[in-house]
Amino acid sequence: MKRNEKTPVRLWAVGFWLLVWQAAGMALGRLWTGGHLLLATPLSVVMRLGELAVTAEFWQAVGWSSVRIFGGFLLASLLAAALAVPAARYRWVRELLGPPVAAVKAVPVASFIILALVWLDSGSLSCFIAGMMVFPPVYLGVMEGIRSADGQLLEMAAVFRVPPLRQLRWIYLPAVLPRFRTAASLGLGLCWKAGVAAEVIGLPAGSVGERLYTAKIYFQTPDLFAWTVVIVAVSVLFERVLLKLVDHLAGKAGR
Amino acid sequence: MELRAERICKAYGGVPVLQNVTFTAGPGVTCLMGPSGRGKTTLLRILMGLEQADSGRVVLPAGCRWGAVFQEDRLLERLDARENLRFVLGGAYREDAASGLLEQLGLGDVGAKPAGAFSGGMKRRLALARALLAPADLLALDEPLTGLDEGARAASVACIRRWGAGKTVLLVTHMPSDAEALDAAVVQLDDAAPER
Repeated sequence: MKRNEKTPVRLWAVGFWLLVWQAAGMALGRLWTGGHLLLATPLSVVMRLGELAVTAEFWQAVGWSSVRIFGGFLLASLLAAALAVPAARYRWVRELLGPPVAAVKAVPVASFIILALVWLDSGSLSCFIAGMMVFPPVYLGVMEGIRSADGQLLEMAAVFRVPPLRQLRWIYLPAVLPRFRTAASLGLGLCWKAGVAAEVIGLPAGSVGERLYTAKIYFQTPDLFAWTVVIVAVSVLFERVLLKLVDHLAGKAGR
Repeated sequence: MELRAERICKAYGGVPVLQNVTFTAGPGVTCLMGPSGRGKTTLLRILMGLEQADSGRVVLPAGCRWGAVFQEDRLLERLDARENLRFVLGGAYREDAASGLLEQLGLGDVGAKPAGAFSGGMKRRLALARALLAPADLLALDEPLTGLDEGARAASVACIRRWGAGKTVLLVTHMPSDAEALDAAVVQLDDAAPER
């Protein structure tokens, strides 16, 4: 048996668990009049999602959170990549940045959210937290990528005096992009989870996190599930688009 | 352009590889010959400034440019032959010159095939083409003819003669016939302290 073989998600398995979910929701509803508050059925979630999707507030909330979370991702990725360049070159930069990167990786995200609320307004919170989540994997991935660039090719380029930009394009980028892809995929998933968690705690007006919290307060279980589905869908969509873009660049750089 | 190596010494882990190597090379081909392990590659690397000698010095005019065939091919394997040449030559790339040299080296029909799909001999010839086309004053050719059949070897020797003309060419080879074919001066790196 092959180890680490990724098991594909099969439609029949998804259908099976949706049926289990539907049956459990219906059973709870029959057993107890408030049962539907504990577990909304998939059908009620889809119907609620349909109702939400035609309102302007829904798209505003999705847009508000997406801009901040993806903005945090982009800013942190740029900063991480910019710092990874000197870190790959100079040991003292790696040593200097080692403790904060280790701290960001080790400290629970909830602690960071509470701390950040002391320093920042709730509107900037999800951006900051998303950035904190994405910085370590992107920094480490890009640094490893740079350090893994083929030393013999770099030496050849130095002898022939190939300009740095051409070396970047043809030697460094093919080494860095696969690692950046893995790091970005991991980071984007993390930053959506942490970003929405930050919104639920910080409650910035008009955010997805605020909607999620409101749904919980008022026992609007179908809303709670519907917003969760939206968060997963938006996260997957951003990841797909970003990875397509990186694959396109990697194809061009490595060709 | 004249290159002078003066009493170059180099040891690895206390084992001497080069001992008091002294020679002068001017325009034309100078062959560095000697048994395996006598430091021919190390000497080329020291001359190009890629390694430091333990003692001795290399005298070169300021601003001189090197072209090289390394012991390994060092090609960008996903790029085709012309793209590999463009990587090194940039704006100095000339299609007619590149096509002419590739044709002479038997690589005229490789098209857009990536260098990674080339045979060992083809990669070696492409690495040689890259060095010969580079705007260089000095060429360090580390066994550029290794793995080539008789015909490709003769073609490569002819190209070194033609495209290396006017440049200072240092050629590492095991074959005395290569030195003869190139009318080359010979620096013998053997057990005796080399001096020339």
